[in-house]
Formats: sequence, structure tokens, C-alpha cells
Amino acid sequence: MYIGQVAGTVVATIKHHMFAGHKLLLVERLDLDGSVLPRYDIAVDSVQAGVGDRVLVLDEGNSARQVLKVEPWGPVRAVIVGVIDEVDLPHDKSSFSEKSGLSVARGAA
Amino acid sequence: MQFATVIGTLVASQKYTGLEGVKMLVVQPLDRDRHPVGEPVIAADATAQAGPGELVFIVASREAALALPEPFVPVDHAVVGIVDEVELEARS
Repeated sequence: MYIGQVAGTVVATIKHHMFAGHKLLLVERLDLDGSVLPRYDIAVDSVQAGVGDRVLVLDEGNSARQVLKVEPWGPVRAVIVGVIDEVDLPHDKSSFSEKSGLSVARGAA
Repeated sequence: MQFATVIGTLVASQKYTGLEGVKMLVVQPLDRDRHPVGEPVIAADATAQAGPGELVFIVASREAALALPEPFVPVDHAVVGIVDEVELEARS
């Protein structure tokens, strides 16, 4: 799983039938400082995430199919499975970046 | 899944059993702003309706074959949707 940021929405009428009724969001991968990395996924939303949210993204097919209850088949891999409130890195003494917008507590322990 | 543009089609008369009737497309993967990134790949068309010039999204790895009628086939990229609309936040 990775930390992502929802950058927008993707709409498609013609798509694999498994995606019917599912919201597709574009999520960009973030590093732990909250900087946007050049990787992204078009992911299925399972938690009512919105644009701008920092989210937990699952990128593994078997788990994704289980979450969306489309077992055994379905061409899904990336699923948003959480909206992140806080990330705590107690042994990291470096200063964290404000731009993540996340409550990232470092060096607290 | 990532964006891609369909840039061509591929025809193969001899194909692995299970791939009969599956259309192959040449697609160029794109970044979030729909600029080309990396090398073009050959993808199976799971929508059966995509054609050159269209903006699509593709799924890679094992999940690609799961998009097809016969899921036990040697396929590693598949077109699973044709994009109508993308609405993105401006980059900060």
C-alpha cells in the first residue's frame, strides 16, 4: 500500500463491466514528506474519498478483488481503501514538510 | 491503471489458444497530464471498442488477462476503459 493524494476524477462510459457503479479517481503517489512523486494510478474508490484527500491506496489484485467483492475475476488492482488522518514516524528526526497537509509527527518518541 | 493513447493495431494470425477474437492495440502510456511516458506496449482490448487516437486506460500485470473472456491467457496489458472526461486539480 502507499500514501496517495486524490488529484481528480476519471469518467468512462465504455469500460469493463466490473467497473460499473464504481468511482474512478486519479491518485498521485506521495513520499513521506508529502511531495508528489511522478507515479499515479487510476484507482477504484471504496471509501468515498474526494479530490484533495490524502489516501491509503492498495495496489494488489487479489486484495482488490476481495475488497470490491468481484472474486474470482476482475481487472482491478488499485483501490483506495482509506482516508488518512495522521502518519506518525517516531524515529525519524528530520523535519517534516508542511506541504503534505498531513499530520505527520516525527521524532515524537 | 494508467492513461494511454491508442496509436495503432496489431494483427496476429497465429495466437495462443484463448486469444482468438481478442483485438490487440499498440498503446502509448501517458502520465497524469496525458504526456507520453515510456515505450509503447501492446495491449489486449477488453472493451472491444477502442481504436487509434482514443484516450483509454490500461491495466498491467496479471489483472490484464482477468479483463478478457478467457482469463488464463498470456496477456500483460489490457485496455479496460475509454476515457470520456478527466477532471484534475491544478498542480500546486
